[in-house]
Amino acid sequence: MNAISTAAEPGRSPVLAKLSSWYASSGDWLKTSVVSLVGIVVFLLVWSAAAQNINTSLGAFPGPTAVAGQFKSLYAEHTAERAKAEAFYERQEARNAKRMEADPDYQPKIRKYTGKETFLDQIGTSLITVASGFLLAAVIAIPLGIAIGLNKNLNTAINPIIQTFKPVSPLAWLPLVTMVVSAVYTSDDPMFAKSFVNSLITVSLCCLWPMLINTSVGVASIEQDLVNVSKVLRLSALTHVRKIVLPASVPMIFTGMRLSLGIAWMVLIAAEMLAQNPGLGKFVWDEFQNGSSESLSRIMAAVFTIGFIGFLLDRFMLQLQKLVSWDKSSAVR
Amino acid sequence: MSFILNIDHVDMEFPTPTGPFTALKDVSLNIAKGEFISLIGHSGCGKSTVLNIVAGLHQATKGGVVLNGKEVTEPGPERAVVFQNHSLLPWLSAYENVELAVQQVFGKTKSKQETREWIEYNLQLVHMDHAMDKRPGEISGGMKQRVGIARALAMQPDVLLMDEPFGALDALTRAHMQDSLMEIQNELNNTVIMITHDVDEAVLLSDRIVMMTNGPAATVGEILEVNLERPRNRLALADDPEYNRLRSEVLKFLYEKQRKVEPLRGQKDAEKTKPQKTPEKTAAA
Repeated sequence: MNAISTAAEPGRSPVLAKLSSWYASSGDWLKTSVVSLVGIVVFLLVWSAAAQNINTSLGAFPGPTAVAGQFKSLYAEHTAERAKAEAFYERQEARNAKRMEADPDYQPKIRKYTGKETFLDQIGTSLITVASGFLLAAVIAIPLGIAIGLNKNLNTAINPIIQTFKPVSPLAWLPLVTMVVSAVYTSDDPMFAKSFVNSLITVSLCCLWPMLINTSVGVASIEQDLVNVSKVLRLSALTHVRKIVLPASVPMIFTGMRLSLGIAWMVLIAAEMLAQNPGLGKFVWDEFQNGSSESLSRIMAAVFTIGFIGFLLDRFMLQLQKLVSWDKSSAVR
Repeated sequence: MSFILNIDHVDMEFPTPTGPFTALKDVSLNIAKGEFISLIGHSGCGKSTVLNIVAGLHQATKGGVVLNGKEVTEPGPERAVVFQNHSLLPWLSAYENVELAVQQVFGKTKSKQETREWIEYNLQLVHMDHAMDKRPGEISGGMKQRVGIARALAMQPDVLLMDEPFGALDALTRAHMQDSLMEIQNELNNTVIMITHDVDEAVLLSDRIVMMTNGPAATVGEILEVNLERPRNRLALADDPEYNRLRSEVLKFLYEKQRKVEPLRGQKDAEKTKPQKTPEKTAAA
């Protein structure tokens, strides 16, 4: 190695030498970012080459440029739709003002703009749905997990049920959830759309388990010495849970929450497709049904969006864990 | 002499798949107020079991423990325990660890100001007032054990129970901790039961050394009175004939009268497996 590099030295251009010394002197992060950039470029090239060779009934498979173009037009559609909505409300206000002038007793009617959701609206809906489903699951799973972790008999009783339900696909739950919700959730003026409730419950049902299992394992594996400290201090059951059990199992609870949030986001897309909740899942489904020449590139844009948001959600949980947990080493990656 | 703590004919059996295992048989011991007792014996002789029964973490199968005229049935802060591996709550600072104990014991009787002063006083006793806001992960093993002692002292226990408190520390730190403990003992004159493996530690710190026979069915073998004058100084005592006599008494008990008969397990296994294993070993080497 050494011999070769010294032999090559005189022939090296000054630019290359400068570049390599700069490369060596800057920190590790630079190396990492250069390497990952290379990875991305290679991926784009392979994708682009492969896409040209795949012909579907909707035309060639979209390459990177087509998808990038779609991002632009999706954003343009969003701003156009917003402008339309604003114009609608302005017209409505002007009309109402006019009628008030003519007739002071007139009660103005405010109608909502009913244009179609844009891609950004759908992202928002998806985020709200996943957050609600995840929170519902957490509210059930964490207290139940603590109870299971503290009580061996309860664990023995519930464990088979957990193990049976854990691997069930959201697609199996959804029809059941849909039927139950439409039977039970009846109201003339529902606060939430049924499609939203269906997706939310399906998400909860599927992302409950990792949180439940990790919480119970975390609670059950508290050091006996810490439990003895609690006994010597004669902490009440509630104080024991609050001061010893909960903080001791926070790292495990967060591990479970991160797994759960990942699952929730994956499940959500499937649930939205079938429940027709106006989120990213519905976007994908609608584009698939639409079958225009642009559909595939729009779906591909959604795929990247879904992936990137999933990544951000995971980073968010990691930051939250770092903020809350005393055990910094458990929140490294 | 009036006794504060009576361990009265205690038997301890543990259930095992092959029938009950008798760990302790007829252990009796009376301890006076302000006395420092060491329990010494080979590992597995049930020293910790005795301590756990006094702490209330185990229930004796027969007999019982009476503290201040009341029978011990459950753990409580009047019998504070210093655990071998500190068992501080890793998410709390040194101050907060002691605070949890103080709040629990004196929460109703001490004002906020008094509580704070009491926590700080106890951390000063163990020379940890400079690191009150450090978490266990940020301080050394010896310092953690100091905080553990401060937490136990802060409960103002009737009896302080120490389960090999310095067993996990290196020799120098251990000596330092022993000196600290003597200093504290000089000031507070607590009643202490300490488990130890260390003969020097036992002689240096104790008023009486309780030597236990080997298990199963371990019991109190001999009790050695240590009448060395306090305060004791480890350097001065090194040449003291009485100190050395006591030391050799304990050693004789442990290594002549109660010598562990079983050979070291590693040796035994090696001998057993030698003939078959030899070719593999040479191949691996």
